[in-house]
Amino acid sequence: MATVAVSSETSQEVQKTTDLSLYHQVSQFLFEEARLQDDHEYDDWEALWTDDAIYWIPANGADIDPENKMSIIYDNRSRIGLRVRQLNSGKRFSQEPRSSICRTVSNIEVRELDNGEIEARTNAMIFESNLRGEQLWSTRNTFLLRREGDSFKMTKKIVVLTNNDKAIYTLAFLI
Amino acid sequence: MMQNSQVNFDSLITSNRVHGSLYSDEALFREELEKIWFRTWVYVGHESEAPNPNDFVMKSIGPQPIIMVRNKDGELRLLQNRCPHRGNQVCVKNSGNAKMFTCPYHSWTFSNSGELIGYAFPDGYAGHPDADKTKLGLARVPRVASYRGFVFGSMAEEGPSLEEHLGGAAETLDRLCETSPEGEIEITAGFLQHKTQSNWKFLVENETDGYHPAFVHASIFNVADSGIGGLYGAESTALARDYGNGHTENDLRPEFRKFDEPLRWFGTDETRLPDYVSKMNAAYGEKRAREIMVDGTPHVMIYPNLFIAEIQLFVIQPTAVNQTIQHVTALQFKGAPDLNRRMRQQTMGSVGPAGFLLADDSEMYERTQRGVESRDPEWLFLGRGEQRETRDENGFRVSHTTDETPSRGIWRHYKSLMEA
Ligand code: FES
Ligand SMILES: [Fe+2]
Repeated sequence: MATVAVSSETSQEVQKTTDLSLYHQVSQFLFEEARLQDDHEYDDWEALWTDDAIYWIPANGADIDPENKMSIIYDNRSRIGLRVRQLNSGKRFSQEPRSSICRTVSNIEVRELDNGEIEARTNAMIFESNLRGEQLWSTRNTFLLRREGDSFKMTKKIVVLTNNDKAIYTLAFLI
Repeated sequence: MMQNSQVNFDSLITSNRVHGSLYSDEALFREELEKIWFRTWVYVGHESEAPNPNDFVMKSIGPQPIIMVRNKDGELRLLQNRCPHRGNQVCVKNSGNAKMFTCPYHSWTFSNSGELIGYAFPDGYAGHPDADKTKLGLARVPRVASYRGFVFGSMAEEGPSLEEHLGGAAETLDRLCETSPEGEIEITAGFLQHKTQSNWKFLVENETDGYHPAFVHASIFNVADSGIGGLYGAESTALARDYGNGHTENDLRPEFRKFDEPLRWFGTDETRLPDYVSKMNAAYGEKRAREIMVDGTPHVMIYPNLFIAEIQLFVIQPTAVNQTIQHVTALQFKGAPDLNRRMRQQTMGSVGPAGFLLADDSEMYERTQRGVESRDPEWLFLGRGEQRETRDENGFRVSHTTDETPSRGIWRHYKSLMEA
């Protein structure tokens, strides 16, 4: 069963923020990221990442060691860029035509970490329609964000698919 | 139950054409299970996945789960996951270490060799003429054999040996193992499971179809600056080979020998993997080590379900006439940690549901499946290169790597199995 692990940068003791303004800003950022993914705005989405970013979608649980075990995605910054360039090539057939996507992001929890980064947790339900048919995806997500001007950048995003221990169809849109 | 075929395969398969219904006929799929999946040698797992006594791992033969378990004496057994009492699944874990399996329904207990050790409240069976414990064990896959650590099972009590089945293709597994300084591969990185709405035979044929990469994978070859594209171009010197018994290969060695650069096959060079290179030199001597590192690992499809793609191992599992699961992991070479790390990184990029390569292969499997459900032209034409096919020094059919020699070999074998 896939459960969300506490990322190594955080501890359970860190309190959720009581700063409503911060909570609002983070929520707006998360909704924007979701919208860019739904709209296939690949370049704008890529611009949300820091240079040292990690984009991780584990398989077979949430607490596997990605250095030693297979993940569905375990991208560093340059591989995120490669993924985007492939999507932009016009010949990424699993996204040509692009899936129609609609996702709902909820259960937002925000914590300020000692190192100044912000951890956000969310759940998402994602409905995909493509040539094969319709497909529902369900995820629990952990973000690490860094302040950048009056917004944020993502330095880490972990997407834990609820069924990541089972056989799943192609997942070629941005999740 | 055994289907008695009404099908005349001569009317569906010729030397260079196959009928579209072969991919979509439900009754034929059930017949394939009986005649191919539950009869011939099928790859199940690798010995390194259950290294210690009492280790088990859930595997499959065709749609059905199989427990691959090493008993206390260290022998590998393949058990069916079905309680002989009323049919409950005795094991629902994907892997573990267990001396016994206890069925949760009425607590019958089995050794990990499959024997029934005991049942709950035994007086209910005392004196019963049919309650013979020796006949109420878990069903075993009758034949289990392994080659260089690759474990195969056959549900037929009798038939060709595994060596006979592998035939000339056994040499590809030898070649693969030689890439390790210790002569062994290991499967330790865990599997991705990628589901596709397509008949399993489209996947088997695609694995050694050297015609599609230039088109289906152009999106990644172009942006990643990859050398793979050239291997499958019109000018390539690589070969497509039909080993017989359904086993097929894209032999890329002629291309790599042309460049004569160690580790080019892996997109790198000796300076990047110094530990690996020195271990290979120590193990095989510099001359032989260099040859191995120039040639690279094979790209071979062992019929019906084991695909070695240079750096990955795929297991093809049919689950319905139009649904197939590909289980895929990075190959790991014993004694080569620096190589293995890159193997895992490259594999994660390439394969699985989000892979740069496999997501698009899977897209083609699904579109082809929907395509052949249109009525006409009824037949698929697999004649590419038939007129320029030759025989290699071992008598195996070879042709240009983009030719359909592999597909024709796969169908020739399929026909012989289905007519048997
Ligand atoms: S079904 Fe297994 S003990 Fe009854
Ligand atoms: Fe491919």
